[in-house]
Amino acid sequence: MERHLDRAAKGTKSTKRFFVPFVRLVAKTGNTGDAVFRVLMLLVALLMVGIVVAMVVALAVESMPSIRQFGFSFLKNRGWNPIKGEFGALPFIYGTVASSLIALLISVPFSLGIAIFLVEQAPHYIARPVGFLVELLAAIPSVVYGLWGIFVLAPFLRNYVQPFLAGLFGWTPFFRGSITGIGLLTGGIILAIMVTPIISAVVRDVLAAVPGSQREAALALGATKWEMIRVVLVNGAPGIAGAVILGLGRALGETMAVTMLIGNRAQISLSLFEPSYTIASAIANEFTEATGDLYVSALVELGLILFLVTFIVNGIARVLVWNVTRRTGGVGRAA
Amino acid sequence: MTTLTALCTLMAVGALLTILAYIAWQGIGSLNWQFLTDRPRPVGEGGGIGNAIIGSLVLLLISSAFGLPLGICVGVYLSEIGKGRVGGAVRFIVDTLTGIPSIVTGVFVYAIIVVPARHFSALAGGVALALIMIPIVARTTEEMLKLVPHSLREGALALGAPQWRVTLGVVIPAAAPGIATGAMLAIARISGETAPLLFTAFGSRFFPESLNEPIASLTVQIYNYAISPYDEWHAQAWAATLVLMTLVLGINIIVRFLTRKRS
Repeated sequence: MERHLDRAAKGTKSTKRFFVPFVRLVAKTGNTGDAVFRVLMLLVALLMVGIVVAMVVALAVESMPSIRQFGFSFLKNRGWNPIKGEFGALPFIYGTVASSLIALLISVPFSLGIAIFLVEQAPHYIARPVGFLVELLAAIPSVVYGLWGIFVLAPFLRNYVQPFLAGLFGWTPFFRGSITGIGLLTGGIILAIMVTPIISAVVRDVLAAVPGSQREAALALGATKWEMIRVVLVNGAPGIAGAVILGLGRALGETMAVTMLIGNRAQISLSLFEPSYTIASAIANEFTEATGDLYVSALVELGLILFLVTFIVNGIARVLVWNVTRRTGGVGRAA
Repeated sequence: MTTLTALCTLMAVGALLTILAYIAWQGIGSLNWQFLTDRPRPVGEGGGIGNAIIGSLVLLLISSAFGLPLGICVGVYLSEIGKGRVGGAVRFIVDTLTGIPSIVTGVFVYAIIVVPARHFSALAGGVALALIMIPIVARTTEEMLKLVPHSLREGALALGAPQWRVTLGVVIPAAAPGIATGAMLAIARISGETAPLLFTAFGSRFFPESLNEPIASLTVQIYNYAISPYDEWHAQAWAATLVLMTLVLGINIIVRFLTRKRS
């Protein structure tokens, strides 16, 4: 100990700045091994912080030309014409939000149904294997969903579902246009399939975290099984909201399956049959072929917008879910 | 109402089984030894995914070399050392990293590795995959370490071991099976990633010769074949998907088998 302090006292100013806190750490932990270990682990953890900071900085720097050129009107411009140098994010923001909303509209009822069935109703010997199968849906890579979508889902929609929808609802602005099987609806459906295992898994955790006393109290007061389940749902409502928002965050960033099924045309149209374009698929499609600094920086600015939006959405989701499942040891899913 | 919820579950399981069955049915026809070892050839000349399989393995090795040690270290920090405000901030950062879309990670690695180097490389692809892998591994490592009973730590400390010895020599070996399964799940997850590789590793039609060159991978190959206009390449895409799904599903099922709770 004295050795270290002597060395510290003899050093220059900069040596003292780093050495003295280190020596204090050695004194606090009792031996040098511990101090070295703690410093190493802290450095690795700070590396993570550095990576995220570097990401934001790199994205911002690379999109500077586009930000300088367009400013905030980038978010309002509707045209995307690389040849003329016109770049606007609005069609992509619309496509991303619309496809994710369609996905949630389809997926949330299914996910709730699955979670309620597995937690409240299925006997134990069914719930575990079936739960595993539903979670396996999340393990299928995105490009495989896209491949299956091109050759199975799209023809199915084109031949059976879309004519049916056009027949029933063709008078609304949502089901107009030529029926090709590729478009906003197809993208939304494949996103729904991809997002369902995540939402249902988190809702399962949330429902399992509701204390048994709540269920017993409801039943003791004379509630039917379904009234009891409603009590459980109300109890877990913030967690369920968090699960839905977590699914939204995942749907916003999904790239490959959407690129293969959404048609990739930068337009804003109310019709679900029309092709559309999401931020992620625009970057995936056009990045390697982008000519000129403005084109590349416009795409990077799209990436920056996507980063910020998913950051906010995921932050909200984790606050909601973390508060609910804190008691049972936390969410074990790297969603 | 029970039938409604059961129906939802049935449809989800049905979707899974339909997709898997379709992949098996479509893919099995084109699967043969030549397909698995040859490199891609022009349309009409056959060809295979040999270079893509090797490329995916190379990318897996590079990303695991970076991602597993760093992820485990972050997990150890979060579980054993980081308490209070700094630990909370790091946990928040790791959660942020989990939620970043993989395409944005690809753009970031493009900006910091590909642009200065002026060429695509397997190294850039591996780094992009490692950045996706680290938060996943960190999370599972932290949870596995938290499951180790405190009495184990206290016993080692009571015997006079310094804390670093306790962590490295007692706690981590006790949690090792769990950490290993977490690593396997992370590997299964990134072996299916495509988007970050599109402009880091880029893709290639040749067998890999150096880490500083673009490299093929199974997922990017499937994507390129799927959006091509040739039936022969579509058939190859299905067969490549069968190979990929065997790997991914295999790892998931093995992990599930290893972590089953004996009641």
